[in-house]
Amino acid sequence: MNLHKSIIFDIKRYAINDGPGIRLTVFFKGCYLNCQWCHNPESISPQMEKMYTKQKCIGAKACIEACPNDALMLTPDGIKTNKELCKLCGLCAPACPTKAIEISGESMDYESILKIIESEAVFFDQSGGGVTFSGGEPLMHSNILLTLLKECGQKYIHRVVDTCLFASKEVVESVAKETDLFLVDLKHMNDEKHKQYTGVSNVKILENIRLLAQLNADFIIRIPLIEGVNTDTDNLQKSALFLSQLNWERKEVNLLPYHDTGKNKHIKLGSTYNYDGMNEPSAQCIENAINIFESYKLNVSVGG
Amino acid sequence: MNTTQTSPERSPYSEGNYYSEAQKGMNERIKRLRELSVNTEPSLSIERALIETEFYKNNYGKYSIPVLRALNYLEICKQKTIYIGDDELIVAERGPKPKAVPTFPELTCHSVDDLNVLNTRELQRYTISQDDIDTYAKEVIPYWEGRTQRERIFNHVPKEWKVAYEAGLFTEFMEQRAPGHTTLDGKIYRLGLNDFKKQIQSEIEKLDFLNDSEATDRLEQLKAMDISCDATIIFAQRHSDMAEKMAETEADAKRKAELMKIAEVCNWVPANAPRTFWEAIQMYWFIHLGTVTELNGWDAMNPGHFDQHLAPFFEKENKEQSLSRDEAKELLSCFWIKVNNHPAPPKVGITARESGTYNDFTNINIGGLKADGSDGVSEVSYIMLEIIEELHILQPGSSIHISAKTPDRFLKEGCKVIRQGHGYPSIFNPDIYIQELLRQGKTLKDAREGGCSGCIEVGAFGKEAYLLTGYLNVPKILEVTLNNGIDPVTGKQVSIETGDAKSFKSYEELYSAFIQQLNYIVDQKVRVSNYIDQMFAKYAPAPFLSVVTDDCISKGKDYYNGGPRYNTNYIQCTGLATVTDSLSTIKHHVFEKNTINMVSLLNAVSNNFAGEEILRQTIVNNTPFFGNDNAYADEIAVGVYNDLLAAIDGKPNTKGEQFYLNMLSTTCHVYFGKVMGATPNGRLAGKSISDGTSPSHGSDSNGPPAVIKSLTKLDQTLSGGTLLNLRFLPSLLKRNQDITKLSQLVRSYFALGGHHVQFNIVDSATLYAAQKHPEEYKDLLVRMAGYSDYFNDMNEDLQQEVIDRTENESF
Repeated sequence: MNLHKSIIFDIKRYAINDGPGIRLTVFFKGCYLNCQWCHNPESISPQMEKMYTKQKCIGAKACIEACPNDALMLTPDGIKTNKELCKLCGLCAPACPTKAIEISGESMDYESILKIIESEAVFFDQSGGGVTFSGGEPLMHSNILLTLLKECGQKYIHRVVDTCLFASKEVVESVAKETDLFLVDLKHMNDEKHKQYTGVSNVKILENIRLLAQLNADFIIRIPLIEGVNTDTDNLQKSALFLSQLNWERKEVNLLPYHDTGKNKHIKLGSTYNYDGMNEPSAQCIENAINIFESYKLNVSVGG
Repeated sequence: MNTTQTSPERSPYSEGNYYSEAQKGMNERIKRLRELSVNTEPSLSIERALIETEFYKNNYGKYSIPVLRALNYLEICKQKTIYIGDDELIVAERGPKPKAVPTFPELTCHSVDDLNVLNTRELQRYTISQDDIDTYAKEVIPYWEGRTQRERIFNHVPKEWKVAYEAGLFTEFMEQRAPGHTTLDGKIYRLGLNDFKKQIQSEIEKLDFLNDSEATDRLEQLKAMDISCDATIIFAQRHSDMAEKMAETEADAKRKAELMKIAEVCNWVPANAPRTFWEAIQMYWFIHLGTVTELNGWDAMNPGHFDQHLAPFFEKENKEQSLSRDEAKELLSCFWIKVNNHPAPPKVGITARESGTYNDFTNINIGGLKADGSDGVSEVSYIMLEIIEELHILQPGSSIHISAKTPDRFLKEGCKVIRQGHGYPSIFNPDIYIQELLRQGKTLKDAREGGCSGCIEVGAFGKEAYLLTGYLNVPKILEVTLNNGIDPVTGKQVSIETGDAKSFKSYEELYSAFIQQLNYIVDQKVRVSNYIDQMFAKYAPAPFLSVVTDDCISKGKDYYNGGPRYNTNYIQCTGLATVTDSLSTIKHHVFEKNTINMVSLLNAVSNNFAGEEILRQTIVNNTPFFGNDNAYADEIAVGVYNDLLAAIDGKPNTKGEQFYLNMLSTTCHVYFGKVMGATPNGRLAGKSISDGTSPSHGSDSNGPPAVIKSLTKLDQTLSGGTLLNLRFLPSLLKRNQDITKLSQLVRSYFALGGHHVQFNIVDSATLYAAQKHPEEYKDLLVRMAGYSDYFNDMNEDLQQEVIDRTENESF
C-alpha cells in the first residue's frame, strides 16, 4: 500500500462521540472484518464504491451521458448499474446535478489529511479534543496512519484510534507508541460466533487487547449491543470476566445499542444485507448488560 | 449526514423539549401570575390615545414642543387607569390591564380598517371592541389626520426613495415607531428622580442666555425633563395610594402586608434611589414604563446588565438575612411576567410585513464583564437562568454574555437552558463587542458597561442613542444590478442603470456594477433616515428617556437631538450568504468554468428556474457556498462584507456622528425574500433570503465548525453586530458531556472572534407536528433571528423557514 496515500470515505467535524472533547474523525475505507450489522457498510471494501440515492434522482440522465461504458440505465426504479460493464471510473458522480450518485472513498495523501486536521485546532484547544482515526479499520492503513499519528503527536494534537485490533502484534505495538487513546471494539467472546458474524476469528483480537494492557496503553472497550447476537448473559459475563482480568487502569466499557441505520446505506450501495435475528436491544437488555459489567467492577456506560 | 426523524408521538420530554415541565420550580403565586399573563389575549387600549388627543386639542401651540410632550406624558400619568393585580409584588402596567397595548397616534394613527384587521386577523391579533373602534373613529382619527409623524415623513420623501422602498430594497424603522434601542446603565440604582431633578435645576441655573444662542431651547428641553420626572413620580404615587387603599379592605393578613409593602415601595421609588432589592426592581420597572408610555420606541426599554445592577442589593440583604434566595427569585419572576404583559404596539404596512411579532425585544444581558473589566457573573445571574427555564415565556428575551473570564459553570448552566429548546438565551461575546464599541470611539469603561439590546446590536448602555434605521436587502441590490436598475418583480425602474448584465465580459465588471448600485441605494436610505431623525428631534422629543440617558441633562438636549454621549445610526444588512452564493455561482460557472452561460442563467433566474431544474440542481450541488469553510466562497463573502462596510461606515448622521454597519436580520429576511424573484444561487422566487450572517438554508453541509470558520473570516469587530443561527436537534444534547461540548463549541467560535450565536434545539418532526397540531404545541418557542417567538404565532412562511434551517444532527 502506498505510504502516503489512502482511501478516506469521510471526514466528520464536531464528532462528539469518538473520544474526549470536540474531535475531527477521519474514516479510512477498508476493513478486515465484515460485520453483518455494520452501520457504515461502505467502510468495508477498501475500493471506491458507487452510492446511489434514489430520492435525490430527478432523471436528468447526465450520468448516462457521462458513462463511457454504457453501464447505466434509467428505469422506473431509478438509475440501474450494470455491474459487469461498470469500471468504477467515477465519471458519473460529478455529472449528476443532484449528487444522487456519489463515489464513496477519495484517495488522499497524508499532507492534505494533516492540513484538514490542523485547521480544526481551535476546536481541539477549546475542548481538549483532537483527531480520531476510524474506519473501516485504520490499522489496515498502518503506514499512513503511523505517519499521521507521529505528525499529530509532534503538534500536540490528541490522537484516538478507533479499531477492532485485528492486526499483527507489530502493528499494534508501533501504533500504540503514537496513540493517546484507543477505542477498541469487542464483538463476541465465542470464536465460532465471531467468525459467523464478522468473518474472522477473535483470537488475534483478544490477544491484542491483552497486549494493549501489557503495553500500558490507554483504551476504552466498546461493545455493540445487538439483541439476538451478543447480548445473552453468557457472552456478556465472559466479556466482563475477560476485561476484568486485564491489568487495565481505566476499566471503561461503553455499550453501543445497535440500530439498523446501515440498511439505508446498503440500499445506496446496491448491496444485499441480512439483518434477520438482529434487533435493537430492549431497555431490559441494556439494563442487564449494565448490571453484568458493573458486577465485574467495570466502569460501564451507554453510548460513547 | 444522517438525519434521524423523530416520531411526533414520542414524548417531548424524551426529545429534551421539556414543555410540560415549564412550571417546575415555580411557587404558587408565580404559577398564577404566569398563567394569567400567558392566557390573556393581547388587546388594544384606546385610553392613551384619548387622553393625548384631548390634550393636544387643548394645548397644541401653547408650549414649546418638548414641554408639550412632557405635559402630554404628565397628563397620561395623572389620568390613566391604574392596575394592581392579585398576587402581584412588582406593580404597574403601561395599559389599563395586562397585555392591553396603547396606541401612539402622534406617530401613526391606525385607521378603522387597521383596527378591524388587528381585531380579526389570525396571527398577532389585538382585540378591540366595536365601541372602542367607534370612539377612535370619532375622537382620535379626525384630529390626527394630516398631523402624524408618519404623514409628515411620507409627504417629504423623494420619489427615488419611494420607489426603492416600495420595491423592498430597504425598510425604514422610524416611519411609524420612534427610534429606540434604549438600554439603561446602573445610575438609576444610585439616583432617584429627585436627584435627577436637582441635576436638571443646576443645569438650568448654568444657562448662559447672552452667549449661547441655543440657551432657550436648552431651557425648554430641561423644563420638559423636569416635568417628566414629576409625571413618573405621580404615576408611582398613584400606585402607592391604591395599594394602601386596597390594604385597608384586604381580609387576608398576608396579602394586606404585601399591599402595605407595595405602598411603601411605590412611595419611595422612583422619587428616591432604591434601598432594597425589591425597590431596585420596582425602580427599573417604573423607568421602563415611563419610557414606553412616553413614546415606546423600537425595542421597548432594556435594563441592560440587570444581574450586575441587582447583585449588590441581593448580596447585602441575603447576608443580613432580610432577603432569602427564594424571595429574590420570586420578585424577579414577578418582574419577568411584567415584561411579558407588554406586547409591542401593533404595526401597519410594510413594517407589519417585516416584523410580525408581539415581541417588543427587551433583552436582558446576563453575565458578561463589569465596568472594571472583571467577571460580572453573580448568584443573581444563576437565579435569572433558573427563571428563564422555569417560566418559559415569550418576553423578556435574554442573553448570556461569555467572555474569556466567564466561568465555565455559568456557560454550561446557560447551555442547559438552551437545551430545553426555548430558543433562549442567546450567547454573546463581550471580548469582541467591547472591541466593536472601542472602534466606534467609546471609552473603555463605557464600552464595558455596554452590551447588546434588541436582537444583536451593540451600544453603550445608558449613554447612547443607537438607532436602527432599517434593513438593507443586499440580494435585491444584486437582483436590480442583474436587471440594469429594473425590479424584475414589478418591471419598474427602481435604481440607476449600470449596464446590461448579459453583456458583462468579466466578473469584475459585474461586481463593480453591483457596488455602484449598492452605493446608490445606501445613499437614498441615509438621506431619508437623516431627514426622519430630524423630524423626531423637532416633533417627537422624548424628555423622560433623555433624563435617564447620559449626557442629555448636561447638554440640555433631547435623546433624539444629539443629547446622548454617543449617537449612532445603524443600517442592518441582510442576506450576506444569498449574495455570496449568487456571486459565487456566476463567478464559478459563468466566468471561470464556463459550465453555464450568463444569458441562460439570467433567463432561468427570471423564469424562476421553470423547466430548468437540472440547471438549478447543478448550481445548488456544485457551487462553492458560504458556510463550509470553503476559501473560494468565503473570500467573496469577506469582499461583500468589506464593501458593505465601505458603503455605510462613516456616513455622517445629523448629530455630527455617523452610520455604522450592522448584520442583523430579525425576521426581515422573510419579507425581503417575498419581494424577490429567484436568485442565481438556485433560491426560488419568494423564498427567504439568508438571515444575519448565517449560511443560506441547507447550504452548509460540513458541520458547525465549518460554519464557524467561515463566519470568523469576516472581521466581526468592524460591525455593530453579526448574527449566527445554528439549529441543533435534541439528540445532540442528551448527555451532560454534550452540554460541555456545546459550551466548547461556543468558546471556539468566540476565540476566533464571533460576536453572537444562538441555537434552536428542535427536530423537524416536532416542528411538523406543531404545524399540524398547533394546539398541542402552544408553548413551542423557537428562536428566530435574534429573538424567540411562539411557533404557533408565526405565519407559514416563517414556520417553514425554521424547519428549513439546516439540522445539525449527528455528524
